[in-house]
Amino acid sequence: MTATAEPLVEVRGLQKYFPITRGIVFQRQIGAVKAVDDISFDILRGETLGIVGETGCGKSTTARLLVRLLDPTGGEIRFEGEDIAKHKGPQLKALHREMQMIFQDPYSSLNPRKTVGSIIADPFAIHGLHGGEGERKKHVQDLMDRVGLNPEHYNRYPHEFSGGQRQRIGVARAIALEPKLLIADEPVSALDVSIQAQVLNLLRELQREMGLTLVFIAHDLSVVRHMCDRVAVMYLGKVVEIGPGRDLYSFPRHPYTGALMSAVPVPDPVAGKRERQLLSGDVPSPANPPSACRFHTRCPKAQAICSTEEPALEQKEGRGTRAACHFPLTEAEVRLRLPAALTAHSAAASSSSSSSSSSST
Amino acid sequence: MSLLDVEDLRVTFPTEDGLVRAVDGISYSVDTGKTLGIVGESGSGKSVSSLTTLGLTRSQGARVEGRMVFEGDDLIEMNDDRLRKIRGNDIAMIFQDPLSSLHPFFKVGKQLSEAVLVHRKVSRSAARARAVELLDLVGIPDPERRVDAFPHEFSGGMRQRAMIAMALANEPKLLIADEPTTALDVTVQAQILALLEDLQKRLGMAIIMITHDLGVVAEIADEIAVMYAGRIVEHASTELIFGQPQHPYTWGLLKSIPRLDTPQDEELEPITGRPPSLINRPSGCHFHPRCPYVREAHKRVDPRLDSVAGERDHQVACLLPSELRMRIWRGLQEGRLPAELRALVAERNGQAAAVGEQREPLLSESEPGADGAAGIELTPPSAEPTPGPGQ
Repeated sequence: MTATAEPLVEVRGLQKYFPITRGIVFQRQIGAVKAVDDISFDILRGETLGIVGETGCGKSTTARLLVRLLDPTGGEIRFEGEDIAKHKGPQLKALHREMQMIFQDPYSSLNPRKTVGSIIADPFAIHGLHGGEGERKKHVQDLMDRVGLNPEHYNRYPHEFSGGQRQRIGVARAIALEPKLLIADEPVSALDVSIQAQVLNLLRELQREMGLTLVFIAHDLSVVRHMCDRVAVMYLGKVVEIGPGRDLYSFPRHPYTGALMSAVPVPDPVAGKRERQLLSGDVPSPANPPSACRFHTRCPKAQAICSTEEPALEQKEGRGTRAACHFPLTEAEVRLRLPAALTAHSAAASSSSSSSSSSST
Repeated sequence: MSLLDVEDLRVTFPTEDGLVRAVDGISYSVDTGKTLGIVGESGSGKSVSSLTTLGLTRSQGARVEGRMVFEGDDLIEMNDDRLRKIRGNDIAMIFQDPLSSLHPFFKVGKQLSEAVLVHRKVSRSAARARAVELLDLVGIPDPERRVDAFPHEFSGGMRQRAMIAMALANEPKLLIADEPTTALDVTVQAQILALLEDLQKRLGMAIIMITHDLGVVAEIADEIAVMYAGRIVEHASTELIFGQPQHPYTWGLLKSIPRLDTPQDEELEPITGRPPSLINRPSGCHFHPRCPYVREAHKRVDPRLDSVAGERDHQVACLLPSELRMRIWRGLQEGRLPAELRALVAERNGQAAAVGEQREPLLSESEPGADGAAGIELTPPSAEPTPGPGQ
């Protein structure tokens, strides 16, 4: 968890447009879904970066672009200084030794016809590592042991495992090549409540042991808060706020982040009391996003400038995160939106940090 | 008398592999204007119990025993014709997945007015007007136009609103919501919960909210039943469930979810193991293989759901004495680990020692303490006070 300031991945102006076509034989493009539209951020070595947002905000597309399961429409992804956005063939294969992915659905991401042993050994086979049968088996069983699976279950099939165990198989496969970067796309949202914590703890443990850099994608803000050093909030293909988790959760600056946090149900009928800020309506279509600030159609603080001028993702006065907003939340507004317990942290944090934050009220 | 009284409901499904005991003797009641939250993991029987209320398990070969008295009539005894008159009229249901619950081929308005026409003798145009009114009620913008839309033209949140509108078509007295927000984003979830609360206030219906999400029930429920392996293991008001939970499973649930309002670095304490098979359930207390505070006797004695001493409205099915449970919960809240607190449990088996030193011998506790423990379990918790709590 000790993140050095040096970035492992630098993303600059990354774009992914999916074409919308009409016609069956002569397909012509009539528009594009701007799933990811010009986003820039860094992933620091050894840190956990969380990406949160609603359905369709582009968080999974970002993940797939990072591991190059998708080809970006534009922009750069620099991995250890080298632009990998246009890598193909053998270059791409070599790249995948460095970065791996854990998928959301532990049921569909494992081949039902293969044994667990051969699923986990697949990365070895693809990259021609640990040649002999015996050696490979030993490595696989070590991996199984490491993620908390019984190594004797080497010859079982995925259907013989529960959801949580399958997700462990996915984790074992992903760490088999000892990658530098691990991208987990909603790794626990398909699991039962009591099992989620087991998988989350496993990921944290592995990260500590292997010094992994982790990108953790989830829609659940509480889970992301628990796991991540830094958090990026996405809305309609844009990063609207990014910063250290501690700051972002105690003092969100973007009204969208505030709304998301206000919407999270808190399992405490007393301490969870707060004024709910409800966002009206749904997320607009990414094929035809609102002009300028994409949140202005649902934003409680929107003014005329929000629909004409796009706000830059920048540090707002005071402390904390970088937010893309003309009218960032003030301290009083934050207090209204967050559960009482969180604002208590926030008050403590603000009094201990620089006094400049009080000027924002 | 309550609106719905469920008494000792048992639902079993005969299968090739054996008898699945989906619901095993649960009792609860719901009053008009109140919300009961039923919390549990997949396979805990929470959905089956509510599907049975509407007779929806009948066609699946379920064997149902017990009583479900709704306004003086037993829903289990009732014949299909009468039940059909109640279903969707007095008792309505919202399902988890709004896309698969709406027919893709028919317009939303047609499906809504059908819900009205089945139960009311009204003209088609009156039913359609009602459909518009309903869409407006659940906050769908421009209902006049939307009534002619197909389900695929709605977003997830709007579909769930349409489902709620359909459920409300005949102003039911009881609304059963089975994971109504699980498939939705948090912002939409907040909208739907606020809508349900608002509608309940206006229409005065009772709600049974089935969910796995403790956050959701904390926001909306008046009382909560926690289910595990087909049984209710704890039942109390929302304040008590979150303030003074008494069952180790409830503790486990509360401690295993990351929350927005606790310190960020707090370690999660997962419940070990996994939910049991409902065909071949563990002996004794069904939770014992996963319980950190298990005693040998718990593997044989099946706990009954009983009132906690001094609190009639707080019921729990746990063999540990309630005074001891309180101490464990206090310990957990202070951030101590279950492995540490387990010592408190062993202490009563006569292996008196300082709490801190008890950790190792715990595993061997099973052999000597077994019989003696069984005797102690059944006495009321006040009979043998444990050494003072100030350690």
